[in-house]
Amino acid sequence: MWTVTLRNLLARKIRLALSAFAIVLGVAFVAGSFIFTDSLGNAFDGIVGGTTADVEIIPKGAGEVDQFGIDARTIPASVVDDLRKLPGAAKVSGTAQVQGVYVIGKDGKLVGGNGPPGLALNYGGMTSINGDPILTLADGALPTGPGQVALDVAAADKAGYLVGDQVTLVTPGDPPTMKAELVGLVNFGSEGGLVGATLTIFDEQWIQDLFFEGRDVYTSISMTTADGVSQTELRDAARTVVPAGVEVSTGDDFAAKTKQGIAKILGFINTFLLVFAAVAMVVGTFLIVNTFGILVAQRSRELALLRALGASRRQVNRSVLAEAFVVGLLGSTIGIGLGYVLAIGLKALFGVIGLDLGAAGMELQLRTVVVSYVVGVVVTMLAAYLPARRAGRVPPIEAMNEHAAVPESSLRRRLLTGGGLVVAGVALMGVGFTQDGNTSLSLIGAGMLAILVGVSLAAAVIGRPVISGLGAVYRRTSGTVGVLATENSLRNPRRTAATASALMVGLTLVTLMSILGQSAKASTDKAIEESLTAELVVSNATGQFFSPAYAREIRQVDGVASVLPIRVANAKLGDSTAYLEATDPRALGSAIRLPVIAGALGSLTDDTVLIRESTASSRHLAVGDQVTLTFPAGPRKFTIAGIYPSAGGAINNDFLMTLGGLTKSGIQPQDSLLFITKDPGASEATVRAAIDKILADNPTVTLKNQREFADEQKGLIDTFLYIIYALLGLAVVIAVLGITNTLALSVIERTREIGLLRAVGMGRRQLRSMIRLESTAIAVLGALLGVALGIVFGVVLQRAIAEQGIDVLAIPWVRLAVFVVLAAGIGVLAAVFPARRAARLDVLKAITTE
Amino acid sequence: MPATTASVPSEVRPGRRPAARAVGITRTYGAGSALVTALDNVSVDFLAGEFTAVMGPSGSGKSTLMHCMAALDAPTSGHVVLGDVTLDGLDDKALTKLRRDKVGFVFQAYNLVPTLTAQENVELPMSIAGRRAEPSWFDTVISAVGLGDRLKHRPTELSGGQQQRVAAGRALLSRPEVVFADEPTGNLDSSAGAEILRFLRRSVDEFGQTIVMVTHDPVAAAYTDRVVFLADGRIVDEMRDPTSQRVLEKMSQLSEHPPAQPAPPVPTPED
Repeated sequence: MWTVTLRNLLARKIRLALSAFAIVLGVAFVAGSFIFTDSLGNAFDGIVGGTTADVEIIPKGAGEVDQFGIDARTIPASVVDDLRKLPGAAKVSGTAQVQGVYVIGKDGKLVGGNGPPGLALNYGGMTSINGDPILTLADGALPTGPGQVALDVAAADKAGYLVGDQVTLVTPGDPPTMKAELVGLVNFGSEGGLVGATLTIFDEQWIQDLFFEGRDVYTSISMTTADGVSQTELRDAARTVVPAGVEVSTGDDFAAKTKQGIAKILGFINTFLLVFAAVAMVVGTFLIVNTFGILVAQRSRELALLRALGASRRQVNRSVLAEAFVVGLLGSTIGIGLGYVLAIGLKALFGVIGLDLGAAGMELQLRTVVVSYVVGVVVTMLAAYLPARRAGRVPPIEAMNEHAAVPESSLRRRLLTGGGLVVAGVALMGVGFTQDGNTSLSLIGAGMLAILVGVSLAAAVIGRPVISGLGAVYRRTSGTVGVLATENSLRNPRRTAATASALMVGLTLVTLMSILGQSAKASTDKAIEESLTAELVVSNATGQFFSPAYAREIRQVDGVASVLPIRVANAKLGDSTAYLEATDPRALGSAIRLPVIAGALGSLTDDTVLIRESTASSRHLAVGDQVTLTFPAGPRKFTIAGIYPSAGGAINNDFLMTLGGLTKSGIQPQDSLLFITKDPGASEATVRAAIDKILADNPTVTLKNQREFADEQKGLIDTFLYIIYALLGLAVVIAVLGITNTLALSVIERTREIGLLRAVGMGRRQLRSMIRLESTAIAVLGALLGVALGIVFGVVLQRAIAEQGIDVLAIPWVRLAVFVVLAAGIGVLAAVFPARRAARLDVLKAITTE
Repeated sequence: MPATTASVPSEVRPGRRPAARAVGITRTYGAGSALVTALDNVSVDFLAGEFTAVMGPSGSGKSTLMHCMAALDAPTSGHVVLGDVTLDGLDDKALTKLRRDKVGFVFQAYNLVPTLTAQENVELPMSIAGRRAEPSWFDTVISAVGLGDRLKHRPTELSGGQQQRVAAGRALLSRPEVVFADEPTGNLDSSAGAEILRFLRRSVDEFGQTIVMVTHDPVAAAYTDRVVFLADGRIVDEMRDPTSQRVLEKMSQLSEHPPAQPAPPVPTPED
């Protein structure tokens, strides 16, 4: 039987290559995701290893990777003196580190773009666990006093600074921008990669003066062990010396914990990419099921002959599965190679947007290879299983029959199963709406999946009226050629449906995301329009924090009535994360309309919070209840003083508290938004000009009016949407291949019929147009089903997450119509190859073919 | 060795012009030692309004002759004339148009489009050309092939005889210069076959249709006006007003004693 299998594979190279291509693309996505995140991980691991000393001392609970809002705690410098007395300590150095210090290049632009962190620290000559110094001087000298800084080589290079230049820096402190002399350039760690982060080295005294109110404190202390002393021994010794609230860990533990935190974040990136890989695989599955189904159908007679010659059902069945195995294996192998290229491309792309992975190599881990092969081969074989089983069922007598046919599942049964799944899906969604939080979303998601599968099963039946409708149009525009194209699409409803379903899956998701995006934008508009009364806003395009000094300076501007700062942070509430917003309750009313449902805004103090309505109901909290929020510095109790509505406002996080309340919780005072209200008589232009002057040196923050602020927020949504479109594009590419494949196979199957059409006078052009129309019919069917399902899912999901801020439903009808038109275009594209093939058939050979 | 020329000069009946002519056509396949000559310098005229059968043993070149005459295949050398058009050097587009307008086909395997109804199949060549048949002519053809009550059926719902009658209707509807029928009764039982042959005969007698039929069945040949015999790629004989008995004798003679030279009754004119 192996000979038969191999011969078949060789005889159907093109057809199988097309279905293998679906596997190639899917596996490439899977492998590429793993390789890329692994190499990101390598880059970060390198940094962690290069910056961690034998023993690390930090405030307890500090250094969590997913902390939002900067920990304000420090360790007194006297601790360093105490540690130096320990006999096991060879070297002890304290580091005062500040985040949010950015380098402004000679061109006035931010170095590295918005995203990677800007770190500032003093350098005490510390050595990493690898035994290397953490910094090495590449040029000049280290700063020794105020007014001097050193930069990492890459940052200085991008900024265009040379030793001796005046460097412009943005800081989170006061003043918010400053100039300093560049005295030296440093290389970081052994590999030199900083993953796009910038490093500014200050003199110890000066950094304490600038950012720690002149206190002699550090944010961390690093120790190197003396000869013969282990990390654990030194750690245990250090623990006896340090004050309460300070945590001592060995370098190994510390590095492991940091790597774990980073791995968690990279895991999210990986999962995000893998979700799209999975979508591509699902779409690929449709393609493979269809290809094998068609191949088996075309080979009915041959399979029957094998049965008649004594092959058992299982043998026939297995010979088809063996073909699938080989296809899966080949596809996966090429896919892994392509994935490697994809990862290199992603790395280059990240380099362009500022995330420089430096020398970090692309690593092909065994895990990646195994996962890729398993996914590729298993998906192919699963997809081929049903066609293989059908192949085994061909009765041997069919070998004698001229028009042998493999038994097919009845359309009625498909409709019933599909309908059942749709009903089950609707029920799941219904139940989902009675639950809240993640349970609700999981149930709704499961419901969507059931409906999607159900509709693709039933598509063979429900697609008929759609195709017939298109047929009416075709008949008018293309006459007989149109009629033939329509009839061809209706001839094999399962095949048409499976091909269209592949496109449907992609378009359902694209439509769903478009509706959510449009709704998010409409909700942003509504929130800003209805609840924002402040005329002007200062913000950072990517939501990074900025110095509170700006608020103070802007208050002094003539014509400014009030400035309302908004700060954000997160904290643990029980096991989950709660998002906090802090502001000045007295100034709130001048900038924002916040309709408080229960309690009063006026009763907000440093020890009370207001809670969002949806959070209150899911956490079963009411006015007067106590709630404990855990910050890096420790837990704090708050009393709930009021409840504000869930949706449609400018404030849309779980809790609202005072600026003082947040500072007392150990979070550094840094603003993320300023809402500015001007005096009624003041000219907007004059006020803007004055504020722009204050912000002039700092490209990270900008002043805008309400409309510009809304546009900035909506721009973020669009960017995200385009990334999603690009990732879903792969699924669409695979679906297009599916259409090409199905049509190419149909052309082969209908050789004789095509020959007849040509013999009785159909021109090549007409023939091509017939196949194009058939392809377009499939594509439009898939697009219409996808858009329709996408609209249903979009509306349902918007309703489900309305409480989380997307409270306006907006359907981008024009965009959806464009999708359908584009799908029709895709249909034309998919038909190019099969149409050419059909047109080139030799009439005489075609008509006399078996 | 001098080229053997076998040709049948048109024995022109009064008022008859040739609807299709082959002038010295040769068709070879392959090259070198694998060279196969399917037609060897064949000249033949098919007269308008006549029913001609082309007969010969397997491999005699009768199908190749028909394919060349019907613009499905091109001779290696020589000329084919359909009506007033010489096929030499026509491109695919022109050939397609020619087949659509001047040729009708009836195949052994019916070759209907399974997705179209009987009526749509009959109308197919005309609708591809974007034309409609005159309703009265359509009715005439449909009643002649006896499909009145089957027009809305798909091919799979029709018997073999009925399918072939649809194919015959399709060939006739556009009033082509010539209808080529390739073993039209080959897949049918004798009564269904007789029905098709009677229809073809009628269309010659009543509508003046020109028909060329390739067959190896002497009974079928007996329905025609004239039989042209091929052997080894050459025309070896012809017979007017054939009977099945005479055709059978000729055929067995051809398969038992393949002629080395053109058979005596065929005049061999000087070139």
